[in-house]
Amino acid sequence: MGRIESADVVVIGAGIIGAACAEALSAAGVRVIVVDRGAPASATTASGEGNVLVSDKEPGPQLELAVASRRRWPVLLDELRELIGPRLASVEWEVKGGLAVATTAEAVGPLAALTAAQRASGVEVEDLDADRARELEPHLTEQITAVSHFPDDAQLQPVLATAALLAALRARGGEIHSGVTVDGIATDRSGAVVGARTGADAIPCRAVVNACGPWAGHFSATIGAPIDVLPRRGMVLVTAPLPRFVGRKVYDAGYVDAVASPEADLRTSAVVESTAAGTVLIGSSRRRTAFDDDLDVAVLRCLARGAIGLFPKLAGVPVMRAYGGFRPYTPDRLPVIGEDPRMPGLWHATGHEGAGIGLAAATGRLLADLFTGREPVVDPGPFRVDRPEIALEA
Amino acid sequence: MRVRVDGAEHVAERGQTVAAVLLAAGRGSWRTTRIGGRPRGLFCGIGVCFDCLVVVNGVPDVRACQRVVADGDDIRSQDGAELPS
Repeated sequence: MGRIESADVVVIGAGIIGAACAEALSAAGVRVIVVDRGAPASATTASGEGNVLVSDKEPGPQLELAVASRRRWPVLLDELRELIGPRLASVEWEVKGGLAVATTAEAVGPLAALTAAQRASGVEVEDLDADRARELEPHLTEQITAVSHFPDDAQLQPVLATAALLAALRARGGEIHSGVTVDGIATDRSGAVVGARTGADAIPCRAVVNACGPWAGHFSATIGAPIDVLPRRGMVLVTAPLPRFVGRKVYDAGYVDAVASPEADLRTSAVVESTAAGTVLIGSSRRRTAFDDDLDVAVLRCLARGAIGLFPKLAGVPVMRAYGGFRPYTPDRLPVIGEDPRMPGLWHATGHEGAGIGLAAATGRLLADLFTGREPVVDPGPFRVDRPEIALEA
Repeated sequence: MRVRVDGAEHVAERGQTVAAVLLAAGRGSWRTTRIGGRPRGLFCGIGVCFDCLVVVNGVPDVRACQRVVADGDDIRSQDGAELPS
């Protein structure tokens, strides 16, 4: 690889968050280089289900960001189509809707409380009776005590979306370098960023964006501005392609609670959805571990059992494979988006837990808004870097 | 051993895979693709590619190259993606 030229901004991490930040910055006229130690979209971005959800957030800043991002995605995809053409911009975008399903008497109250709060925050929610739910999803269990339908929940293919964002960056003159590890930050005498070090070389720039996902905590520590971002492991079971089996994202009503929980121990909650290819994806599990990527059969068993609880017919469907990944977890379960006051020119965009695909569009937009001094798309305060839960002592 | 392949009786050797039985019966393909309806049969032969899927005793998506036949197996061609019967 030849020497990398200079840029205004070096984005570290070519997952969907890094790609979305790079795209949004380049749209604002900023010269951007994206570097990744591996291949683009090869880690967390490739390990999820492509959810763009408003249904799984409790009211608050996370939901505001989710609503802004859900609004932004289709507009962004139109912009990408215009710039790079319909073929590269095809990302399997589908507004499929979500169903939160309660199967016990105890789950009815919490689901009603959650949806009431979401409705008050402007999320469209429709309560369905069991018959109507089974009209929408004929294979759904008969053990239904309550169902809420979220028509705005959507899905896309995250690797394709990342590739489209990076193609747009390239179309605007930006660069992407795979297999390049940033191992330090060059600063001037005042402590401000002037370059991203890659071994003996440095890429001159006036800002870097830490978009390292679950590795953002580790990276931030190596450059002396630590933030508390930890890996939270998840696993997914994949069936062979099925004839139309589940149309929406269907999940157990306990899912939101599992997402929001701060527990380090294993939490599982059934989530079932299909992809454009016809495979059914079965999640979800959450456990805080180190970067241990063993497949845990006991967890897979929990996932299968949960999915059969929602769709009994899955009991006879063979599983084709299983995969796992790491979500970037923060102690207060909010993303970190903004400039680090400890090191002018260092920006972070990470900590989206399992919602990074959905939140990417607004995250990129917000970071670019803050970088260029525009009116921010949402209130950036809750996501600021120097909140006590996030900024660790160097 | 006796098995059925799409309704017809065939003799199988103990230890043969379903794919071996199908090949011995002169079959090159036993599945169609979901969208294009194109023929598929044995490809990798080692359980990785999921191309040789077939229905055995009502269970779809069985890898013919991995499944060892049992006496009386009912082997049926798979039409695209199928749900278990």
